[in-house]
Amino acid sequence: MASYTLNINNQNLTVNAEPDTPLLWVLRDELDLTGTKFGCGMALCGACTVHLDGNSVRSCSTPVSSVGDKKVTTIEGVSVGTAEGKLHPVQQAWMDENVPQCGYCQTGQIMSAIALLDKNPNPSDSDIDSGMAGNICRCGTYERIRKAIKRAANTTAK
Amino acid sequence: MKTEIYEHKIFKVSRRDFLKTTSMSMSGLLLGMQFSCTDTSKKLTGNPSTVFSPNVYININGNGDVILFAHRSEMGTGIRTSLPLVMADELEADWSRVKVEQATGDEKYGDQNTDGSYSLRMFFMPLRKAGATVRLMLEQAAAKEWNVDVSECKAQNHEVVHTSGKAFGFGYLAEKAVALPIPDESKIKLKDSKDFKFITKQSSIVDLKDIVTGKAKFGLDTKLPNTKIAVIKRNPEAGAGLILFKMEAAMKVPGVIKVFSIDAPGFPTNFNKPLGGVVVVAENTWAALKGREALEVTWAKGINADYNSLEYGNDMLKRAKTKGKVRRANGNIDQALSKAKKIVEADYVVPHLVHTPMETPCAVAHFHDNTCEVWAPVQDPQGTRKSLADALKIDLKAVTVNVTLLGGGFGRKSKPDFVVEAALISKDMGTPIKILWTREDDIQHGFYHFPSAQHLKVGIDENNKVSGWLHRSVFPSIGGTANPASVEPSGDELNLGMIDLPYAIDNISCETQEAKTKIRIGWLRSVSNIQHAYAVGCTIDEVAHARGVDPVQNILDMLGEDRLIDAKVLGSEFQNYGQKSEDFPWNTRRFRKVIETAKEKSGWGKSLPKGSGQGFAVHRSFLTYVACVVEVAVDANNKIKIIKVDYAVDCGIPVNPERIKSQFEGGAAFAASLAMKSEITVVKSAVQQSNFHDYQVARMADAPYETAVHIIDSNEKPTGVGEPPVPPFIPALCNAIFAATGKRIRKLPISLA
Repeated sequence: MASYTLNINNQNLTVNAEPDTPLLWVLRDELDLTGTKFGCGMALCGACTVHLDGNSVRSCSTPVSSVGDKKVTTIEGVSVGTAEGKLHPVQQAWMDENVPQCGYCQTGQIMSAIALLDKNPNPSDSDIDSGMAGNICRCGTYERIRKAIKRAANTTAK
Repeated sequence: MKTEIYEHKIFKVSRRDFLKTTSMSMSGLLLGMQFSCTDTSKKLTGNPSTVFSPNVYININGNGDVILFAHRSEMGTGIRTSLPLVMADELEADWSRVKVEQATGDEKYGDQNTDGSYSLRMFFMPLRKAGATVRLMLEQAAAKEWNVDVSECKAQNHEVVHTSGKAFGFGYLAEKAVALPIPDESKIKLKDSKDFKFITKQSSIVDLKDIVTGKAKFGLDTKLPNTKIAVIKRNPEAGAGLILFKMEAAMKVPGVIKVFSIDAPGFPTNFNKPLGGVVVVAENTWAALKGREALEVTWAKGINADYNSLEYGNDMLKRAKTKGKVRRANGNIDQALSKAKKIVEADYVVPHLVHTPMETPCAVAHFHDNTCEVWAPVQDPQGTRKSLADALKIDLKAVTVNVTLLGGGFGRKSKPDFVVEAALISKDMGTPIKILWTREDDIQHGFYHFPSAQHLKVGIDENNKVSGWLHRSVFPSIGGTANPASVEPSGDELNLGMIDLPYAIDNISCETQEAKTKIRIGWLRSVSNIQHAYAVGCTIDEVAHARGVDPVQNILDMLGEDRLIDAKVLGSEFQNYGQKSEDFPWNTRRFRKVIETAKEKSGWGKSLPKGSGQGFAVHRSFLTYVACVVEVAVDANNKIKIIKVDYAVDCGIPVNPERIKSQFEGGAAFAASLAMKSEITVVKSAVQQSNFHDYQVARMADAPYETAVHIIDSNEKPTGVGEPPVPPFIPALCNAIFAATGKRIRKLPISLA
């Protein structure tokens, strides 16, 4: 067991964990941040996507010991900095397009979409295909995810 | 537990069970009235502690909050929104004042097994009546207060308004209504469909904001004090036992608390029994997983140790070519085929498939003091409750099943084996237990879609008319997962796309062969409709080409005159999804209408560039009529791109059109996975795939780029849409690939190489 102080959603939090523990299980088991989901454990499905310094990573395959002082952002932290009670524009676009069905993968999808749009504010269809290729949705909400990303791109551009 | 999808326990509105007596807190009477509104002509609220609870689905409290109980499981269809909308509409409630609560598993709610696309079919009318009954009681309460005739009082937008303009809020009326008797059913008036406020109108799902903010609670998200985490290492062969295990290395993993075994059930395993194996319980998930990895286990061999799915499939295919047991017969098939001028003959093969919901099976269970409470993503909360009571040997009433949101179900979570595992471990440990199935567990220890082989032979006579239809279907029955005597496809399974064939063909023979179940087989979204619609839809396309007729015209030719199909024509095994033909007739006019709509809306027959093509298929499943046109582009590297999907759907009254559309969009993507990506193979009874790298599913670039859903405006009784999008998509896709490339697809997953 080692002690780690992590910057999560702009808060410094100290946890005790084995160094190889995936960040996913630290978030879920130790910090009760359950918006980040388990899907495959092998960085194949994207359900566990979080941001490290703004880059999307698969928390199921990111050992806690590798996080260091990088800033971790989870779904619970994405609307921090937006006006009181407001959602992140990508979350809002998800609502406006009625994207979710079961909803389980959607937090990971939103995290990937935010990272995509941060780097590429106006993605083409093929940019979206490749930017979102790591996120699986078994309900098949892909068409609406694409629409929501385009809607968010337009909203942010205004 | 029999395969409950087929049981069709139709919920009937029993006045006694359905409308229970009212309850309220007497303190409301003692404290007197409290009005939040000073306008004497409009009293909105009453005593906040009052709860008017006229039936099991609806509570109204003195604040005017309407609490509607969602008793069916939410796995993405939107049912947790759609059924409350139905009640709220008849109740004349303000949707913003409605709170939806998930019901626990309890028989008092009627059927809760969320399966077989029947939630709306079964509950649309009962829940309308439930809402309308409560509306009438509120109107009666207001009439009594005003001392006027009830005909002068009308509920609207969370109030009852008198013809004079004065009004009482639902909250105020709640405690007045408590004292009223449940009105006679003959007094209940349902709304005219033109007055619907929510039914057939657009609406967002109630969990939308919680989902996008990460607050929605799924199976793994419940946390009780002192919860330990459990994982199980299971025998690769379903049902087989354990010889020995060494736990020393596992116990050395920091955080591991205990390692022990649970018994294997043997084979058949049944649907609700844990597979057994070696349990690792730990303080946290990572320790449990590492502990499991450190186990050394020697497994016993069971009765299916040599099961090899490819050999099994080859054997089924061989037998599909020989005469089988006749399950539907019209005319004389041998004569028709021998006299035919042209013959279309093909075999179709579909592999094992598995559900892989994004949320793997998981549950939290707490056994203490001879009671058990669980929080679990289950499709069948009552079946789960009974399975738990049986496994724990405690009274049913001592078991509480809280249903969380399901991170996808697709049929997997109607089997509660994983919840029983958690409960048995909790009983052993004396603490709450959270059980996790990894993706490897999910893929390697699932309930698989049956592998199948089909042989079709169609005769076309001298008048270019289809005169004979021979269809042989071979697959191991779902029933074989519970009953060793079930060694041939059941009538239930053949009703899904084989013997319910609607076409006006004089000579038909539907036949089956034996196939013994050797691994857990379970129903997967649309069940045997998957392989049957595929084979039938592709064969019909081949018939069109053999006849030299446009594929859509060919289907219309084969369908014949508009009619309600006489059930006798379909044979003694026809079941109509458990519904009487009088109530839900097989109506070829509705079938024709979706065909014509899809043809028109898709621009069927439009000119397309080389390498592109459109394909057509139509299928009725779960009493919903669906036609599908798929447009594909296939590039020089044989890469298939699904450009456009057009669905025409007649599901009766479209209760929640927005969710109907989403089910069809998603159903197309799900079916695209089955057609193009997914395959489970089994060698020596061990599933060869383990995670999403080798059990592939559609990702964004594989899914249809655009899906248009054309909903037929209908006043027929509503039917479900969870499963019906899947069956016709696969043949429409394969027929499109044929149009684009000239290659017929007779084996899934599609391979053009």
